[in-house]
Formats: sequence, structure tokens, C-alpha cells
Amino acid sequence: MITLTIDGKRVTVPKGTSLLDACRIAGADIPTLCHDPELSLAGSCRMCVVEVAGRRNLIASCVTPAEEGMQVETESEAVIEARRIILELLLARHKLECHVCERDGDCKLQDYCYRYGVKDSRFKGEEPHFYKEDPNPFIERDYDKCIMCTKCIRACAEITGAFAINLKNRGHNAVISTAFDLGLKDSTCVFCGQCIMVCPVGSLVSKVEKGRGRTYQTEKVRTVCTYCGTGCTLELKVLNDRVVGVNSIRDEKLSPANRGALCVKGRFGWDFIDSPERLKEPLVRKNGELMPVSWEEALDYTAKRLKEVKEKWGSDSIAVFTSARTTNEENYLLQKLARAVIGTNNIDHCARL
Amino acid sequence: MNGEKRILLEYADKINPEKAEDYIKVGGYKGLEKARKMKPKQIIEEVKKSKLRGRGGAGFSTGMKWSFVPEHAPVKYVVCNLDEGEPGTYKDRIICEKNAQALLEGMAICALAIGAKKGYIYCRGEYPHIVRLLNNAIESAKKAGVLEDFDIEVRMGAGAYVCGEETALIESIEGKRGEPRFKPPFPGVEGLWGVPTVVNNVETFACIPYILTHGAEWFASIGAPDYPGTKVLTLTGDINNPTYFEVPTDYLLSDVIYKLGGGIKGGRKLKAVQVGGSSGAFIPPENIHTSIDFDSMSRIGASLGSGAVFVLDETRDIVDVATRIAKFFEHESCGKCNPCREGTFRMYEMMQRINAGRGSEEDLENILVLSRVMQKASLCGLGQAAPIPIETTIKHFREDYMRKLM
Amino acid sequence: MGKSYAEIIMPYKDKKGGLIEAFHALQREFNYIPEEALKEAARIFKIPESKAYGVATFYSHFSVEKRGKYIIRMCESAPCHVAGAGEVLKALEQYLGIKVGETTPDGKFTLELCECVGQCQAIPVITINDDVVLSVSPERIPEILKKYE
Repeated sequence: MITLTIDGKRVTVPKGTSLLDACRIAGADIPTLCHDPELSLAGSCRMCVVEVAGRRNLIASCVTPAEEGMQVETESEAVIEARRIILELLLARHKLECHVCERDGDCKLQDYCYRYGVKDSRFKGEEPHFYKEDPNPFIERDYDKCIMCTKCIRACAEITGAFAINLKNRGHNAVISTAFDLGLKDSTCVFCGQCIMVCPVGSLVSKVEKGRGRTYQTEKVRTVCTYCGTGCTLELKVLNDRVVGVNSIRDEKLSPANRGALCVKGRFGWDFIDSPERLKEPLVRKNGELMPVSWEEALDYTAKRLKEVKEKWGSDSIAVFTSARTTNEENYLLQKLARAVIGTNNIDHCARL
Repeated sequence: MNGEKRILLEYADKINPEKAEDYIKVGGYKGLEKARKMKPKQIIEEVKKSKLRGRGGAGFSTGMKWSFVPEHAPVKYVVCNLDEGEPGTYKDRIICEKNAQALLEGMAICALAIGAKKGYIYCRGEYPHIVRLLNNAIESAKKAGVLEDFDIEVRMGAGAYVCGEETALIESIEGKRGEPRFKPPFPGVEGLWGVPTVVNNVETFACIPYILTHGAEWFASIGAPDYPGTKVLTLTGDINNPTYFEVPTDYLLSDVIYKLGGGIKGGRKLKAVQVGGSSGAFIPPENIHTSIDFDSMSRIGASLGSGAVFVLDETRDIVDVATRIAKFFEHESCGKCNPCREGTFRMYEMMQRINAGRGSEEDLENILVLSRVMQKASLCGLGQAAPIPIETTIKHFREDYMRKLM
Repeated sequence: MGKSYAEIIMPYKDKKGGLIEAFHALQREFNYIPEEALKEAARIFKIPESKAYGVATFYSHFSVEKRGKYIIRMCESAPCHVAGAGEVLKALEQYLGIKVGETTPDGKFTLELCECVGQCQAIPVITINDDVVLSVSPERIPEILKKYE
């Protein structure tokens, strides 16, 4: 164990604890832009800097291990000045349009500017010119708002494993880019939207949700994705009794199967909910036309027809095809039905195709 | 006699740097021979005792650096930093061109001390001829059998000043973008491909054979007591002898300019001198009677850095020079951390404004605030040093700036 | 030409971190890294294309855009700057009829700015591919470039 002093408070933490975590244990609220507990460390935003007695420079707490006897100030004059200047530098490259931004009210840059009273940037000059026209249906890439935390790159590589994006160029010309700067659909992107999940500002937003309601305007309903049996937790954004978007829940306890990660269907494919084409009741073809019937009638009809087919043509003339949208347990029951009741091994699953 | 003291460059142009035999004839590879009879710890002790400090710019104790390498790690590397990118610096190139074998011998001694079997020389992309020279030199040393089982490979950079930063250099050898890593972990513990690695400058390695051959006491007795030995300097700017010199480290900066350099061109007066390349501080004439060693330079708010000496005469527009330097850093920032990526860009913007006569006093104040934050909060030495030339020119030549303001 | 991209890249395959060496080899052949060559390199080194592209665009000596047969680099660092790099650059632009970053229509010369090339004993300095030309002045440009025309 290691004992150190943070803002005058003595704390004892296990060896190997980062200074950031130690500060948080001590109750200090340390701002971060590039840090994400699930991603590799970058140490690049420098917002988490703290002052450590005896050190000439400010120390990025996220990448520095806590050491025995450290004397740490988390809101010293120098620390506040550094954070303010960093925010001003970011504001100078950030297209400021909070009034129409999806992430208004849910934006770390906004929060920290509020916290440190950064109204405007003294470094305003050349305006950002990084917007990426990308005609894919899901992800808008407005790098005029990008603050270069690189969390999207790390999430793409480390959570999804798609490696679709990386940095292009260097210095001030560095920008998030696919190989050859192509659109996402011509890259290895799988449109999982994990990049949107980790983006701390409004640089990456869901085109499907755009303009339909900001997070603070919506009611949140935690649920489980219905697309497959994995059981991903997601949070529906609801406005006026309509689903207008999907959030990730990254808390491991609330979202044990996926910790916020989703696939293209879970994140972007919720428009079926209010679709007029959605099937809401079983249909049976009568005289060449599909007619709505009760579940009882539909099941009776299915059982009857299965029996008829089995009697006439034998068990192996029937095949059962199961779905990823059902759970493992349901799939188990279906194979049981196929083998024990119908009497065939002709059973398969859509995930195999 | 101009007061030069040549150790590394004693046989410059008298021996073929590619040929191990030439070097052996003038006493080369004796240090390595001696080191082979010593225990690793004894070698490190000897280097510590010599008080040799890194010649790349940071001035860290070389023996100390080597001692951080964990003894029992199965694989370790020796890496030579030949990425000298500080404008006005070419001393590592000269050392290679004149005495490349000493560099190889120094690396081999380091390998014995830390227990490494493989070394890399990271040569900047601007020196393709040095890559060829070194490959021939390695070939010759291998043939002569002096390196035994120590293998050295030369890798070439591709135009990135930031790769002179040791962790960016490591990333580059690994075939990646040359972005610095955060420290700790230091390369001595977790370096190239995650294993303990010693990274030293060319000049540092080239000192090692002489320390082993002639003894630590001998080396420690040369030059400044806390930064002993010699230093290879390169002179540029408004100077009569724009060339390279090797001097003891207690040599005076004023003598560098007026004795070795032969004084200012055209008999003009000195305006300022920048030591250590573009990341160095500008020194006003009243401070030049200072020894060039690391600590003496620090005391006047400057740094020895790479040993480049850039002289400006009284007719020079220092704001214009500082603006050009701001452009250098804007071009060379890797873009990883916010203070440097955005800071170097905005710094250049403000400097351009001032240089063009469109700047205000507010710009000047903003530069100073930005400068402070970049120095304290940037991830690596590039961002930390980038504002120093600007800040020191404002400090010493404020009136030049004031004249250009709106 | 003759050699395929793979043939150029393969000698570096087993060099740990050899991607940059492979890029150098490609550039020695083409003076830039063609898109298909970069894809081939990514495949051979088993890294994502986005990463290979990130590396190619980081270093100023590498280019993913087609360049001329001869790349003229004008050093503009502080020592060359005070030695008159600005005038030399203007003269180069005028002589070649192109701006920095452009290539002459005949595909012969590409003009780039660069930082210190470590040849500060006689400045200003330009480099033309691997050649270093010292003490350049505006008047000397036609004579210097003649060799390459």
C-alpha cells in the first residue's frame, strides 16, 4: 500500500494505483478528455494534470502511478491555468454551435468550460477545416468539433477490433481518418458506433438520431436489445412516448453482457419500433390472402399442418430453422421439439449462414 | 592554438571511419577489450565515475541511465539516437563521418554493461549517406571480429524531428507513427518492443571507449567538473568560421564566438546567440561570458542542448527569426498532446501576426501565458521546449517586439 | 520498373518493425507510396491499412500522393532562413513555375519545404533526392538543376 497526500488529505491506495484514481479516491474531481477506463492510456489531453511537490512540470495523473509520500495539489493556480488554456486551445479549433449540437448538455468540453469559466478563446484564428463528408447512413463525422482525444480510434481497435480509423498526418494537420481517407463504408468499419459512444463532444453523432431529441430532453428506459440472444443492455431515449435514440450503458453491473458496446442493429436499427410495416399479430394465408388471426388459431394451425406433413411424408420432410433473435434456452427448446416431438435432426440456426 | 581539445575527433580525416583496422591502429577497440575483462557492474561504475552526461541535450548521467536496466531481463537493447534534428546541428553526422567506429565500440561496451545482444542505430532520413557509411563500418567491425556476438542494425527515419525524443524514436523503430510515449515507464525498464532499452546519443556513445581506455578519472578531469569531457559544437549564422569544433566543456561561449568562430561577420556587433538548436534559449551579449557546460548554461536560463551555436548580428530581425522558429515547431509537433499540437499552431499564428506588424500587446501577453502552459503541461520535450526561444526573445528583446506591434 | 510491390516489400517482412524500411524501399522505386503498394505492405506486415496509412502520412519524407522524379527540398530552418532561404525559394518557384508542394507538369520536379538537413556548414541548402547542394543562391539555380533536366 502507498500513502500520499492529495489536497491536504492523506490517502492510502494499493501499489500500482494511478494518480488519477488516487485523486478520485481522495474526493478530487479531476477532469479528463482522453481517459477511458476501458481503453489503453493516451495521456494526451493533459486535462488531468496535477501539481506534485518537487516536480518542475505538471503531471498527467492518468498515466502516472501514485507514489509513496507524493504531495499533490489538484486545483492549484498552475493547474487551473493549464486547464483553462487547454480548453481555450480546444475551443479555438472547435466549431462552436452548441445551439444546434446533438451533444449540448452532454458534452465534456461544454462541462469543463462551464466549470473553469472559459467563455471564449484568446487563441481564435484559423477556423477548423476538418469536416468529413461521409455519405454512410449511420455516423456523422464532424471533425470540426473534434478535440483529438483519439478515444474513437482506441474504441474501434480495442473494443470492436475493426481498426477502421487511425490518425492521418501529424501536428495541427492530424485528423481522424480511415485508410486513404475513404468514407466509412469503404473501410473496415462495421458501424457498431462505439466511436459515438466514447466521443466526449459532438464530433461523432448518430445520423439516425439527429434532431430527434437531446439526451437531457428524453426519458431513459433501460432494456435489453431484442435483435439476438446476446442480451446487450441498451438505454432507449424516449420523447413523447416515441423511441428517438439509443444510448450505451457502460456500467458493468447494469450492462453485464456488453458494457455499452453494441452492434449496428442495436445502435442504429430501432426504427422498426414505430414502423407502420411492423408485424403486430400472426397472419395466416386464407384463400390466397394473409389474414390476421389470434395466436391460438395460428398455433393450432401450425401444429395441425406439421402433423399432416409428418404423417404423409415422414419426419425428415420437416426442417426447423431457428433464429438468433431468440435466446439460447428457446433455441434449445426448439431443437428438443424438432428431435423429440417431430422426430428429425433437420435443425439449423441462422447464425450459421 | 584556438583552445580546441579533440578526443572524439582526434583522428578526423586521418582514418577511414568505415574501416575497423584504421581505428584499431590508432588505439581503437582497446576500451571494449578492457570492458570484456570487467563485470557489467564494474563497467557501469566506471562510466558513473567518469561523470559522463548525455550529449543529446537532457544531460542525464549516462552511468545512472545504464544502471536502471534490470539485470535479469532476458532481452535488452542498445539504441543509438542519430536523429539529430535541431536546426544548425550536425555534430553527430561529423562524429560518424570522422570516427564511426568509436560509436560502434561505445554501443558494444554498453551492450556488455547491460547485457544486450542487439543494438539499433536510428539515423535520420536526411542522412542516407551516413546509413551507408555505418553499414560499411559495422561490416568491417564484424569482419575484424571486434564486436563478437553483438549485432548492430541501422534504421532510417523519414523526416520527423520529434523522433529525436527517445520514446518517439523507439516507436519509429517499431514501425509506427513517431509519437512519444508517456513516462514512466522509462525505456530503461520498458523500451523497444517493451523490453529494457538504453537510448543514448551518438556523441555519448562515442565518449565511452575513451573513458574505458584512459580511465574515468582522466575523463572527469577534462572540462567542467560536473559535466566533464568535450563537446562537439557546430557554428552557424553570422559568424566568420561556420564550422564544427570539439572543445572542453568549460570553454567559454564568448570564446566560441570570437576565437573559434573568428568573430561576427563583417565586424558587426553581436545581437544574440542561440545555443542548442531551435529549442534553445536566445542569449543576449551580456551573458556570453559563460562556460558552455550544461549547468552553467542552465544558470543563465539557457541550455547546451545539441551544441549548435547560432549567431545573429546586430542587423538581424529577431522577431522574424523567432517567427521562423515558431513555424519549425508547428511543422514538427507530432500532434499527440493538446498543449503542443494546438499551442505550436497558435503560437505560430500569433508570431506571424506580430512579425507582419498586425500584432497587439495582447498577443504578446497571450504568447507568454501559452508559453508557460506549454512548458508545464506538454507531454514531451518538444512541446515543453518549443516556446523557449519565443519566450527568451520577448524577455531579452522586448523592444524589438514593441516596435512591430500595431 | 518490373518489380511488383510485393517483391519490393518482402525483403523487409521479417525485420521487426520493418514497415518504415519497406516504405523507404517503395519510395526509392516510385518516389511516393502508391495506394496499392500501401495495401500490400499492410497485408504483408499483417497490420490494418488504417495503421499503415497513419504511418505513411506521419513522416514528411513519405508521400501518398504521386510526386516528381526529383524531389527538391528547400531547408527553411532558422540558420538557412537568415542565410537567405526565402530568396532561393522564390527563385526556385519562379524557375520551375510551380509553388511549394507542387510538381512540374512534365513530372520531373516536386518542390517541398523541409527543416534542417544537418549540412549547415555552407548554407542555404537544398537537397535533390539524396544529393545535397550547399551554398545555394538564386543565381545558381539554373546551373544546379541542369544536371537533372
